[in-house]
Amino acid sequence: MKIINCPLNGPRNASEFVYGGEVKQMPDPAACSDREWAEYVFYHYNGTGEVREWWLHAPSGYWFIVERHRVTGEISRTYDPSELDQGEFFASVPGAAEEINS
Amino acid sequence: MPFSLLKYGLNNDYPFEKDADLPPPVPLKSHYDVVIIGGGGHGVATAYYLAKYHGITNVAILEKGYLGGGNTARNTAVIRSNYLTSEGVKFYAESVKLYQELSNEFDFNIMYSRRGQLTLAHTDSAIRAFRQRTEVNKHFGGKTELIGPQEIRELVPTLNMNPGHLPVLAGLWHMDGATARHDAVAWGYAKGATQRGAELHQLTEVTGIKTENGKVVGVKTNRGDVGCGVAVQAVSGHSSLLAEMAGFRLPIVTYPLQAMVTQPVKPFLNPLVSSPAYHCYVQQTGRGEIVIGGGSDPYPLYGTRSDLNLKEGLLAHAIELFPFMANLKLMRQWAGITDMTSDYSPIMGLSPVENYYLDAGWGTWGFKSTPICGKTMAELVASGGKVPDLIKPFAMDRFDTFRQVNEMGATAASH
Repeated sequence: MKIINCPLNGPRNASEFVYGGEVKQMPDPAACSDREWAEYVFYHYNGTGEVREWWLHAPSGYWFIVERHRVTGEISRTYDPSELDQGEFFASVPGAAEEINS
Repeated sequence: MPFSLLKYGLNNDYPFEKDADLPPPVPLKSHYDVVIIGGGGHGVATAYYLAKYHGITNVAILEKGYLGGGNTARNTAVIRSNYLTSEGVKFYAESVKLYQELSNEFDFNIMYSRRGQLTLAHTDSAIRAFRQRTEVNKHFGGKTELIGPQEIRELVPTLNMNPGHLPVLAGLWHMDGATARHDAVAWGYAKGATQRGAELHQLTEVTGIKTENGKVVGVKTNRGDVGCGVAVQAVSGHSSLLAEMAGFRLPIVTYPLQAMVTQPVKPFLNPLVSSPAYHCYVQQTGRGEIVIGGGSDPYPLYGTRSDLNLKEGLLAHAIELFPFMANLKLMRQWAGITDMTSDYSPIMGLSPVENYYLDAGWGTWGFKSTPICGKTMAELVASGGKVPDLIKPFAMDRFDTFRQVNEMGATAASH
């Protein structure tokens, strides 16, 4: 079985993990245009390169970041979301970054 | 009678079939009125209907591999129209009607076989959803009924009515459900299109789209550049990559979908049986093999690899439904590439590039819609960009205006 290296729990079977979508910046829902919101919700990276994704280790409820190639499926790196710059996914929502840290 | 048979048997010309094969390859011309990218079912069907109904024959179909060798050959050949939304049901019902006449129309057997499709409800909420689907289907003239356990037992005596924690409570019995030989559908359309003058260029890969002032003027291929008045993209699992060449993005995420087939056994299963709760569908082919398929993989990937995780889960579920299958051996397994949209409906019609038309987003519903896609895309091309009513709801801009067509009757949708 394929093994994914969870930053918190170490190497575990792939069946324990859930894919959670691409790491992308959320626009401020109150201020952005419909087109910007649609871009955030529906238009995802769908190329043939490497992409940063959210994954969940379901048994422990732990979300983390996976860098994975979209053709080979190879995972080059997994790490804790604290390594991300908060601005990378909560660009313009005031208070969101504090909320997620508390 | 025996003498005439003998006469045919000794005749060198027998079996006599004019134009049995596709015409031999020809050099690429420098310009075509219409270039169709993708020589799968949808692409060749579009060329066929363009020639047949609109007299447009200066058409090139560009295929990077061979005719019908992509996802046309990788689907599990289910034909049905028991969807949930009125837009979806109208569209797929039209396709089923065209399929029923296709062998006659081609004078070529696509092995269309109307078996009926049975979708199982294992929970009360599934029964409620099926009631709705039944009524929507009936409203648009489809033959769909909600049936109880007794009728299910009669239709599929080998089905385990009490698998694990999910007993079979009711079924959505779709009498129009059918199957056909998927390769033959592509061959029939390709023959019909090329006989009428369209050109099929295999081993011709599109490597770029040329635009001028927001309008498509040609395509680059591995065999040189080709000018065109109109381009249609019909490339199933690679829609996003082609759209990127044309300079825009599609609201699509691409996932593999795995399927497999067992050794042949005596006929025991007439209808196509599907269980949304078990993410599993089972059908027996005319050769006796049992085809087993499920939903898409749980994460996006451009790959036709198979993995044990999904296979194990899918087989465990198939065996819960038909326990005796535990003794069968698997013969083949494969994966197709599905372009999933977030509402499980296709993306058809106009694109941000002028004269560049889309036939994309064919997650798990591409094969069954082949005839109607060809017909409506041909109409769109011939009318110079007037979108036919049947495919208006599937416009790409529905995502920007939040008017999705939420098709929860799709196989991949979790109910």
